[in-house]
Amino acid sequence: MLDAIGAGSVEELFAEIPAGLRLDRPLDLPPGLSETECFDHLAALAERNAHADAELCFIGAGMYDHYVPAIVDAITQRSEFLTPYTPYQPEVSQGGLQVMFEFQTAISELCALPVANASLYEGPSSVASAAYLAIGATGRRRLVVSRGLHPHSRETLRTYARGFGAEVVEVGLDGGLTDPGELESALDADTAALFVQNPNFLGAVEDLEALAAAAQEAGALTVAAVDPLTLGVLRPPGECGVQIAVGEGQSLGGRLDFGGPSFGFFCATEEHLRRMPGRIAGETADADGRRGFVLALQTREQHIRREKATHNICTSQALNALGGVIYLAWLGKPGVVELGELLAQRTAYARERLAALDGVELLHEAAVAREFAVRLEAPVSAVLDRVSEEGIAAGYRLGREYPEYEDGLLIALTERRSRADIDRLADALARAIAAENGAFQTHAVEKAPSAEVSA
Amino acid sequence: MTGSSPSPPTTAETPTPQQREPVTTIFERSVAGRRAGTLPPVDVPERPIEELIPAKLLRDRPPELPEVSEPEIVRHYNRLSRRNFDLDTGPYPLGSCTMKHNPRLNERVAALPGHARLHPAQDPKRAQGALELMWRLERALAEICGLEHVSLQPSAGSHGELAGLLLTRAYHADRGEERHKVLTPDTAHGTNPASVTMAGYEVVKVATDERGGVDLDDLRSKVDDQVACLMLTNPNTLGLFDENIAEITRMVREAGGTLYYDGANLNAIMGHTRPGDMGFDIVHVNLHKSFSQPHGGGGPGAGPIAVSDRLEPYLPVPRLVRAESGDGAAPTFDLDHEWPKSIGRLRGFAGNFGVFVRSYAYIRSLGGDGLAEASETAVLNANYLLARLREGRAGKYLPVGFDRLCMHEFVLSGAPAKRELGVKTLDVAKRLLDFGYHPPTIYFPLLVDEALMFEPTETETREGLDGLADAVEEILAEAEGDPEIARNAPYTTPVRRLDEAEASRRPVLRQPL
Repeated sequence: MLDAIGAGSVEELFAEIPAGLRLDRPLDLPPGLSETECFDHLAALAERNAHADAELCFIGAGMYDHYVPAIVDAITQRSEFLTPYTPYQPEVSQGGLQVMFEFQTAISELCALPVANASLYEGPSSVASAAYLAIGATGRRRLVVSRGLHPHSRETLRTYARGFGAEVVEVGLDGGLTDPGELESALDADTAALFVQNPNFLGAVEDLEALAAAAQEAGALTVAAVDPLTLGVLRPPGECGVQIAVGEGQSLGGRLDFGGPSFGFFCATEEHLRRMPGRIAGETADADGRRGFVLALQTREQHIRREKATHNICTSQALNALGGVIYLAWLGKPGVVELGELLAQRTAYARERLAALDGVELLHEAAVAREFAVRLEAPVSAVLDRVSEEGIAAGYRLGREYPEYEDGLLIALTERRSRADIDRLADALARAIAAENGAFQTHAVEKAPSAEVSA
Repeated sequence: MTGSSPSPPTTAETPTPQQREPVTTIFERSVAGRRAGTLPPVDVPERPIEELIPAKLLRDRPPELPEVSEPEIVRHYNRLSRRNFDLDTGPYPLGSCTMKHNPRLNERVAALPGHARLHPAQDPKRAQGALELMWRLERALAEICGLEHVSLQPSAGSHGELAGLLLTRAYHADRGEERHKVLTPDTAHGTNPASVTMAGYEVVKVATDERGGVDLDDLRSKVDDQVACLMLTNPNTLGLFDENIAEITRMVREAGGTLYYDGANLNAIMGHTRPGDMGFDIVHVNLHKSFSQPHGGGGPGAGPIAVSDRLEPYLPVPRLVRAESGDGAAPTFDLDHEWPKSIGRLRGFAGNFGVFVRSYAYIRSLGGDGLAEASETAVLNANYLLARLREGRAGKYLPVGFDRLCMHEFVLSGAPAKRELGVKTLDVAKRLLDFGYHPPTIYFPLLVDEALMFEPTETETREGLDGLADAVEEILAEAEGDPEIARNAPYTTPVRRLDEAEASRRPVLRQPL
């Protein structure tokens, strides 16, 4: 090969790197491993993680331990889906492009909004991407954010907002829900968009229609971050006057994967189509009139429009989006409703069961769908540690991101957490709280009034 | 080799079986009453849903998801999969995309329950293996890049670019400066200027000189105290290493700007030279390019950044930290959220961990020497393919844009083919599909007319490269005889040339139901 090139050695091929810049030593990395050694090393690291098969996982907070159907892995691991690049040559990418088209259809149906893209990175950065659209669409630079929006989404939005030159204003919660009074005074003629989440981070089901109406009044858009798996039951954003719905797709057949890769989704009303971020597949025909699919509206994108692009995204999360559409086909039209109802029933049961415990009270009494928040009359971290010794991850501690709920715990349900599991959690929590309070005699044990969870 | 095989069809008179298959979406396969998924029964006291959630917040009519059986789903997506060309089937010399083999070991270790089933909000005390893996990956990337501080958080190269520009903004703001301009060469990937705008800066383009590098005079005239940052890809998108790189970074540094290295082309230089040693402050690394994460048809990827000391205080939170234990026990790892100067979060949780697992496995499999050898082979392969394509008709009709040794990729110009044969770069690319090759990147970079950008990677064998060169030669020979063959190609793919303009003029973006 060197003869054909006309070089005497491989080093000569690197001759254009100035001598002073060449690394004159080997990289200081461990030597290469055989396949079996590498497997063993990675397996040993994996062993040291308490994963959701090794304990009973009630943690949610944006990612959930749902069952991943076997066909999701079987199909997404096929070489033909796993190893191609973004479909720049549509004639040999019809599989991937049609998957994008089907994904867009599924997301559009779930959210009841007409146009969806083919995925973004994940949830919180999708929220920030919606802000970029809202600023462009309205020419306004004030972003009003409900405190019910996932803390990661709010933090990501603030990070991006510095680049956008936008101001972020937060609206607090009242009874677990976005405070309507605070909201009204926060929305003004400079507001580009209102950002809410449904169900919100504390699990409460918001009145999206009322929130969107308030934004509309101020001439602002409404961006709703939604959990797609609740949309078999909850009123979809498109029927509530919301212009942009985004979200985290992990609950649709995605692995937990310690936080990623998953996918983000983005859908909107028709008027915002040409400002949408990311890839969008469209239907067309080939030279012989056969039905086919291509990347549509590419003049929005960075590789064509460069500094005037609607977003900088190139690689997104196509394979995870494929998992999402397979999952939704597996679940099907009746399944998405049944699963949503199952979650609501189990969540209601778990909420009542826990609220009846000594040392536990509800953090709010708003309606919930798949997750709920309680207050513990004992230090949350200590309780979580005790419960984990019984093989249970009881939930998400709210205190770091919500100092006002230092005693708060967020508990998520999935179809994998049975009534017996919920009972086990309740018993373990009761023991842990009692033990903590036994250890700290000064901490008064006080039972909240028997809370009847109501709509 | 292709040369000895029969040539592919030159007409579409007889459609292939795949071309005759009806194209239906999963939604069109829906038949009421069919289903695949099964769910556990409601095992708690059941109440009417309206008692749990107010009726006005409930959905009236279910979303129209398909009703299909499991075998139907499997057949549907298996059939769709066969309508894709993929790296496991054949050569994929897509320039700037680094289509290298995806070791299956990486898929296996990523699927271990300790990785795949680990909740991201698990208490760090009970996720020590995951945090240690991330720490080790951070250290490896720091060493490869020659920059000490790493954040794995960005989800792709473009996300890393945005992160780097926000770091730049925070850095200047902390020094009480406001700068408005970011310099990018005219050869830059489109993500660079798009990221610049998203970060609130103005793009200033820098010209390319006759050697294919940054035009130093043009750069000198544009560097001033308003320049926040220079973003550069090196080797650049022409596959050329900029010989003046030390001078370029010195000029920008002296003017107070930061230096951003787009790591899309890192596969050319691993173990040979390092962005940090060239004078850069920020590098993003595409784990889905140089570090073997499968591209997945457009993701997932990950775009970790490595930065210099002066930018370290601004890195995204949470930061991964290691604490040495005093009593000789193993160190412990934690996620630290308290960095007052941090730009903040760029996304949820700590990044695309599943990608980290695969890339870490890749780095450990190869070791430092193996990575250096991968880069050598990638550069050797590119130069060999270039040498083959300098011969015969390719040399005549598709000359190299800049006549130098290339690094891991190179750019040809199809301008003579268009002029003399009436065959455009697009036509050559489409005809390559009939020969069983994925075409190179086309029409990029923009400054080469009718560009074809080849990046064979270390994955291809000499025989594979010869086959590709032979196919290009045969396509040009065909075009000398009858340019219509290439102009109407492809003939053998699941669909033939598609009307892309129509798809944007009257967009149909979802299945009507």
